[in-house]
Amino acid sequence: MRTAEILHLLKLEWQLDRRQKHAWGSMALYVVSTIYVCYQGVRHIFEVPIWNALFWIILLFAAFNALGRSFQRENAGRQLYLYLLASPRSVVLARTIYNGLTMGVLSLVSLAAYALFIGSSPMNEARLDIFLLVVVVGGIGLAFVLTLISALAARAGNGVGLMAILGFPIVLPMLLSVMKASKLALDGLGWDTTGKYVLWLVLIDLITVALAWLLFPYLWRD
Amino acid sequence: MKGWWWKLLAVVLLLYVVVVGLRTPLGPALVHVSIGRIAPGPVSFEATGYNTHFSTDRPQVWLENDGQRWCAAEVNALSEVSFVAQFHVPEGFRANLTSLWASSATDGTVVLREAFYTEGRGDGIAEQLCTAGPDARAGFSFPNRSILNETIRNLFFHVPMWFTMMVLMTIAFWQSLRVLRTGGLDADRMALSAVDVSLLFAALGLLTGSIWARVTWGTWWTSDPKLNGAAVSVLIYAAYLVLRGSVPDPHKRARLAAVYNIFAYVLMMVFIMVLPRLTDSLHPGSGGNPAFNQYDLDSSLRAVFYPAVVGWILLGIWAYTLHSRAARLRSLLDEANDR
Repeated sequence: MRTAEILHLLKLEWQLDRRQKHAWGSMALYVVSTIYVCYQGVRHIFEVPIWNALFWIILLFAAFNALGRSFQRENAGRQLYLYLLASPRSVVLARTIYNGLTMGVLSLVSLAAYALFIGSSPMNEARLDIFLLVVVVGGIGLAFVLTLISALAARAGNGVGLMAILGFPIVLPMLLSVMKASKLALDGLGWDTTGKYVLWLVLIDLITVALAWLLFPYLWRD
Repeated sequence: MKGWWWKLLAVVLLLYVVVVGLRTPLGPALVHVSIGRIAPGPVSFEATGYNTHFSTDRPQVWLENDGQRWCAAEVNALSEVSFVAQFHVPEGFRANLTSLWASSATDGTVVLREAFYTEGRGDGIAEQLCTAGPDARAGFSFPNRSILNETIRNLFFHVPMWFTMMVLMTIAFWQSLRVLRTGGLDADRMALSAVDVSLLFAALGLLTGSIWARVTWGTWWTSDPKLNGAAVSVLIYAAYLVLRGSVPDPHKRARLAAVYNIFAYVLMMVFIMVLPRLTDSLHPGSGGNPAFNQYDLDSSLRAVFYPAVVGWILLGIWAYTLHSRAARLRSLLDEANDR
């Protein structure tokens, strides 16, 4: 595992995604159409708890959709090729970081679309700096947890269905705390109350990356 | 004795828990009064006790409001568990709620807190010095708490179920680590056995907890961090079984299941340790609720609870060894049939 190797793999991911632009398009379209369906159902939401919960549920499904393909897009031949070239830990770190960045951006895009359609009045009272931080850290956290799960599901050869079953119970604790933290930030509470939740989220993110780093080599070889 | 003394210990401990835990009487308590509010002037009401001895040993009875006592004018025992008390209630009690106390040599001092809503309040009364009996409970008994009452015995069954589940999940975690280190199918079988048995204990914990919650909190299920933790762990291990079911190759299955188990176990443990400290809980010991230890300085509960924990954990481990041995024999049989 070397930094140069990870950077190279990150660049590879980026190039792959740039070559198949429909991947980004499909992610954005998924989020926007989900939000639009919700908009058709409920129009504007003014209650903070409901607004908050719906946002995270939409983001959760967006994450499942976006990361489900993370380990499934390459065929066996290219996987073998990658296996010969790079160490598994570099592969999983690069992919985790890349997915984290993708989800970080995707969560901000989702928030913008969500505020546009469902209404931004619940954000009026919010501590925006903390709220945006929670949204990004939460989105990255979802990506971190789901990357290893996506690898597992791809290995088990049973695509997105299995990923949902394996992923939901593991994501649930994180989702509960992220919802709580963003609710507090929306209520306009400062660092002294929200701080421990944000810290706890960052801690989960770190633990998840450490576990992925430790466990991935066992998934990788066949 | 070699090798099976702990199974004997489990049986002895659980027999002790069942017999002593279910046979020990609750301590005396006042549980009900016939009226809900008192006003200045003559007042008469019937009070109901539980495991008390009012007719063999007629109690001293008094009202207490904001630390000030007022004695009963007359007390007549109707039976062992009920008496009629007459008061000339004075004017000027300070607090909203008045509690009822009764004291005798046999039962010690029992109290029904917040028994009466109080009318005719003022700046306090001319206090009376009502004699309290000795504060000793006769014999070995469990504390009689309002709301909990007889269900306090569930402590010996509900709580150890979760401890046992945790121990078995830890065993499964350890066996999963062995799978990754050695790649053996043996460790995989043992991890699966531990998960199977731990799910059984989780089901028992949910069952005993749900019934207890219905009786004390008035609902089968609430959103409580401990309940969320329980639900998450059950879902995780159910997903573990689904994952195993979807991979046909045994070696690959062992490895994937081990990876998932380790990942899930660590995150679950972090969650269970940290989250109850971040949010309020209805369970004792968190969110401002006193823990059982703070309640029970007489420690009669502890004398049964600790043996119960050890006994249930040993029983769980015993079930796990049996289950994994059966699984090993089944796989040996399969191999023999294949040949």
